[in-house]
Amino acid sequence: MSAAFEFTLNGRPIAVAGVDPNTTLLAFLRARGLTGTKESCAEGECGACAVAVVVAHARGSRFQAVNSCLVLLPEVAGGEVWTVEGVCGGAPEDLHPVQRSLAEHNGSQCGYCTPGFVMSLFAGYYDTPRSEPRALLAGNLCRCTGYRPICEAAAALPAPTAGDVHVARLQRAAPGPTAVEYGAGGAHFHRPTTLEQALALRARHPDATLLAGGTDLVVEHNQEGRRHERVIALSAVAALRAIEDRADEFVVGATATWHDVLQRLGDRVPMLAQMVPLFASPLIRNRGTLGGNLTTASPVGDAAPVLLALDTNVEVASATARRTLPLREWFLGYRRTALQPDELLVAIRIPKVQPTASRFYKVSKRELDDISSVSAAVAVWQHGGRVTQARFAFGGVAATPVLASAAGAALVGRSLDAAALRDCQAAVRSAFTPIDDVRASAAYRAAMLESLLAKFWSEVAP
Amino acid sequence: MSASGHERASRHVTGDALYVHDLAVRDPATLHAWPVQSVHAHARVTAIDGGDALRMPGVRALLTARDVPGAKTIGPVRHDEPLFPDEVCYHGQPVAWVLADGESQARAAAARVRVAYEVLPAVLSIQAAIAADSFLTEPQAIVAGDPDAALGAASHRLAGELHVGGQEHFYLEMQCAWVHRDATGGFVVHSSTQHPAETQATVAHVLDVPAHRVVCESLRMGGAFGGKESQANLFAAIAALGCHVTGRPVVVRLDRRRDMTITGKRHPFFARYEVGFDGDGRLQALVVELCSDGGYSLDLSNAILGRALFHIDNCYRVPHLRVRGRVARTHLPSNTAMRGFGGPQAMVVVEEVVDRVARTLGLPPEVVRQRNFYRPGDRTHYGQQVRDAERIDRIWRELLATSDYASRRAAIDAWNTAHPHAKRGLAITPVKFGISFTTTALNQAGALVLVYRDGSVQVNHGGTEMGQGLHSKVLAIAVRTLGVAPQQVRMMPTRTDKVPNTSATAASSGSDLNGEAVRRACDELRGRLLPVAAAMLGCADDEVGITDGVVRGGGRELPFAEVVERAYQQRSPLFATGYYATPGIHFDAAAGRGEPFRYFAWGAAVAEVEVDGFTGAHRLRAVDILHDVGDSLAPAIDRGQIEGGFLQGMGWLTCEQVVFGADGALRSRGASTYKLPGVGECPPRFVVNMLSRATEPGAVFGSKAVGEPPLMLAIAVREALRDAVAAFGGGGPVALACPSVPETVFWAIQAVRRAPAATAAAADDQRPRSCR
Ligand SMILES: Cc1cc2nc3c(=O)[nH]c(=O)nc-3n(C[C@H](O)[C@H](O)[C@H](O)COP(=O)(O)OP(=O)(O)OC[C@H]3O[C@@H](n4cnc5c(N)ncnc54)[C@H](O)[C@@H]3O)c2cc1C
Ligand code: FES
Ligand code: FES
Repeated sequence: MSAAFEFTLNGRPIAVAGVDPNTTLLAFLRARGLTGTKESCAEGECGACAVAVVVAHARGSRFQAVNSCLVLLPEVAGGEVWTVEGVCGGAPEDLHPVQRSLAEHNGSQCGYCTPGFVMSLFAGYYDTPRSEPRALLAGNLCRCTGYRPICEAAAALPAPTAGDVHVARLQRAAPGPTAVEYGAGGAHFHRPTTLEQALALRARHPDATLLAGGTDLVVEHNQEGRRHERVIALSAVAALRAIEDRADEFVVGATATWHDVLQRLGDRVPMLAQMVPLFASPLIRNRGTLGGNLTTASPVGDAAPVLLALDTNVEVASATARRTLPLREWFLGYRRTALQPDELLVAIRIPKVQPTASRFYKVSKRELDDISSVSAAVAVWQHGGRVTQARFAFGGVAATPVLASAAGAALVGRSLDAAALRDCQAAVRSAFTPIDDVRASAAYRAAMLESLLAKFWSEVAP
Repeated sequence: MSASGHERASRHVTGDALYVHDLAVRDPATLHAWPVQSVHAHARVTAIDGGDALRMPGVRALLTARDVPGAKTIGPVRHDEPLFPDEVCYHGQPVAWVLADGESQARAAAARVRVAYEVLPAVLSIQAAIAADSFLTEPQAIVAGDPDAALGAASHRLAGELHVGGQEHFYLEMQCAWVHRDATGGFVVHSSTQHPAETQATVAHVLDVPAHRVVCESLRMGGAFGGKESQANLFAAIAALGCHVTGRPVVVRLDRRRDMTITGKRHPFFARYEVGFDGDGRLQALVVELCSDGGYSLDLSNAILGRALFHIDNCYRVPHLRVRGRVARTHLPSNTAMRGFGGPQAMVVVEEVVDRVARTLGLPPEVVRQRNFYRPGDRTHYGQQVRDAERIDRIWRELLATSDYASRRAAIDAWNTAHPHAKRGLAITPVKFGISFTTTALNQAGALVLVYRDGSVQVNHGGTEMGQGLHSKVLAIAVRTLGVAPQQVRMMPTRTDKVPNTSATAASSGSDLNGEAVRRACDELRGRLLPVAAAMLGCADDEVGITDGVVRGGGRELPFAEVVERAYQQRSPLFATGYYATPGIHFDAAAGRGEPFRYFAWGAAVAEVEVDGFTGAHRLRAVDILHDVGDSLAPAIDRGQIEGGFLQGMGWLTCEQVVFGADGALRSRGASTYKLPGVGECPPRFVVNMLSRATEPGAVFGSKAVGEPPLMLAIAVREALRDAVAAFGGGGPVALACPSVPETVFWAIQAVRRAPAATAAAADDQRPRSCR
């Protein structure tokens, strides 16, 4: 256990010593006087805390904007972080192009959200191709401007110039993920680099907290004031991040981020292409992982319905054994999974053969960056006008995400006509008893079960 | 810090713009506070045991009632908010505060403070309050004509009810105050407050010191929207008390959950109405009963209700009108000012009424709206002449033309016929909003302008900067009046030792009041400098011109600084105060008659939406706005206010939902459960124009207030949603609950599908009750 580590902050090395590993990157930056980075929600929703980190990329490296409120400080050990204070030359005439564009387009009123917008835009500025402003900025909230000037500022950005110091930086490789063994204030932080080490740590410390992207875990940490005595971070285990294209399945490492999943599988798995852009925000997708989503086992998690409908298997491992089980056997109860205390989720295996027709529907109050009230993944395999297999999975209608097996079975051998729809609706109606909460009433959720099937029919068999 | 728009923005984009918490964390001596919050909506506090908490590392104090040297209750109008309640009146109310070296230490310790309660019954909704006769105020009323007789005589009548939802301010910067002692024993209060003078007074009362011992500074706020008009005071008082007790600087910073659970919101309103009208849809009589949810204490609720009574007419002439209202007392956080201040809630109600009238008669709503507009010479229900009444008609016609309303209507009807599962809706709604504090005494402002011998200038005034661009507008006024260059002027942070006894920056009046006060101070200075310059230039006083820091006359020119230096040598004072009290306004509350407003701001918006019939999900496709800002002092800033206000109003009406649980605990208590508009809600077509030929003689440089009025333009979105819902049915009125989140819209669609041509069956009533 070491009591110190280093990272690069705005281009300069920084030594961290004696800081409790439960400290977030945001709190650390602000305590150092880098107060341009703001807190406004501490749950990854507003983007006021956005900073950029340097990550690996096919050609050198790239910037990724992340929510610093959801990053535990030791996660940046060995890494490279940029804040709003670091992106320009310092003098007003040295504004970074995204800063200048925001200022010139009246993109700030109270200015509190502005540094976060700067950092999302900064990271996006160097991407080729660039994201559309609306997609890029979905994780940044502004209460003052109404967004129009910010979108115009984004749309007006020039291409980076040859002399841009950041362009030069990105031609070099990103810092590699390093092992971390750090302790301070009575808390410990381990970041192994191999799966074997991770499993051994897991075996040795069954009570330790596993950390992937932290986009569920650190939210809870901030909101409930929770402290972790011992954390095992999985982000540096390369084997857990890989996405493999095998003969009949895609094998997605449990800590592959949503960003990577979309990049790699977006054009191979249509339902993922529909779902991932509606999942959280680019900031969250840069950190949040597929495995974390399944292990959190939220009844409104968005990955589960899609993967249930695609008949996915999950692979778990302990220091002594590996096992594979169908995803439908993974969810045991409200936020409970089949994972044993000495196990890690290591991979998600998605069959390659895609349905003839499939849709993912997400019902929420806001179109982007909102949690589902109800979600549905509807997948139908057809042959000669007849259904050979149908799988309907839902989120938000029970204590776990669920596969409506009876409704799917009722459809086999039939065509997608009105009578078949009625039968499927009847089957889902009797299968679930949704609940009331802050997002929606039980009655609405129940209505959505049937309504989303009808929507599928109207789109696929009009 | 000069505050030209561009330089202000430069500080924002570099992260150099400091907010209160940024100041506090720079001082390592600062102690951090965390509240111990009530876990009941209504209970007697029987014991507080802080023993364990005080033994935790870094913990310095547990603040309770015993520590208060002065006033133990605060409140902007009625002192009915205990700093440390013996009887908690809402879930989440702070009972005590822990001070520690670090925030996480304070937070951990606060969780270990044991509070014993004796639980009491709680009133958790307006309906429950009405049933329990639980009110904070006596009723207010305004009556014009003989509404009962006119209702009886009307050929058509309708009655209905509507519940209008609340709204969380969700300023991005949460409440924050940092207090330290100065070298002479005074208290320096840095507060994110819209009302430094009242924050100063509150601190002085609580500490039992004269106001002169307390200086309050509001450097800038990361948004406020009314939420820091009165409700910043508590946090400043706690920080000051902590500083008094420990002798160390203390910061009170709420995180988002604390902010949402402790502070009040826009008032929810419950309305009952009855309307009488003729076959053309002309309103003949309107009777409205309003009940707002004030929460546990009075705060500004009575004035907010008053503004609702004033705005129940919106732009419509109703010859016989009675509007009555009362503030309910519930065991919920104390609701407070929010952009529009009661006006929006009333206008949602009257727009609902007019739309229902139109759809009941089978007439286009935009025709019925226009038919009922005020005409020149009309008076409002409180007797004020509607000056510039012809403007709304002009705005309406121009906007219908520029938005291509008629052809879009036809295109939408065709689209709807072709799409059974999705419908588009289109609506246009008007806004008239009265400008002035309705409490007449508040309509005053002061300024202090200092000119230094090098020709540089400091401008102080009582208004606070929360993102609305006040400092930029005032700077423009100073530059224009004094004739200096923008970079010669420095806008000073708002401080109570520069201008005393100021009003809150609120009621959209910031630039009207403070801008005019600064203009007067600058005008006085200019008056002193002109003869000096004339003598130097060898011309007459009235031949001297000063622009951009250059003084010209008699064919010669001089730098402003030289004239200033000469004035100094001649012993002419180079500073001036300016004072402005809005003339001509008055209101007799007992009679319900007067001229409470200096003028009206006008506008209209067209909104087009698309609704998914399967889910009720909706999307705003296009917005066209024509708004009256007088002669704009800063068009880019005004446009920002219009767009931002519109989106905030749209959020209130379509996606933001304040939800309390059956125990009175707030369930929408963070950004993940309370959804404000994101970038995806910004309409792809967003056309904003400002009315031409709109000089306002009653305000500084012919300008008009712009902070609040545009919020109500968003009622067009609600009405467009109603129009889309109507397209799923067979005609007739459409009930639509508020806010119109997808679930609400879904139930409204179900209702019109079930009863195609029936009159409004309230979808609200059929909507299953969640949460409450
Ligand atoms: C603003 C915001 C928006 C969001 N939007 C959505 C949304 O639209 N849809 C949605 O479904 N979710 C959403 N989420 C939730 C969250 O982002 C996802 O669930 C994400 O996929 C979690 O992954 P993670 O790597 O961040 O998990 P972490 O927070 O790191 O971990 C979550 C849990 O899983 C455990 N865990 C993680 N990896 C493993 C492993 N390999 N083996 C065993 N246990 C493991 C952790 O111990 C922890 O208990 C959102 C969250 C935020 C903050
Ligand atoms: S503070 Fe809101 S996303 Fe981090
Ligand atoms: S400018 Fe105020 S929140 Fe964006």
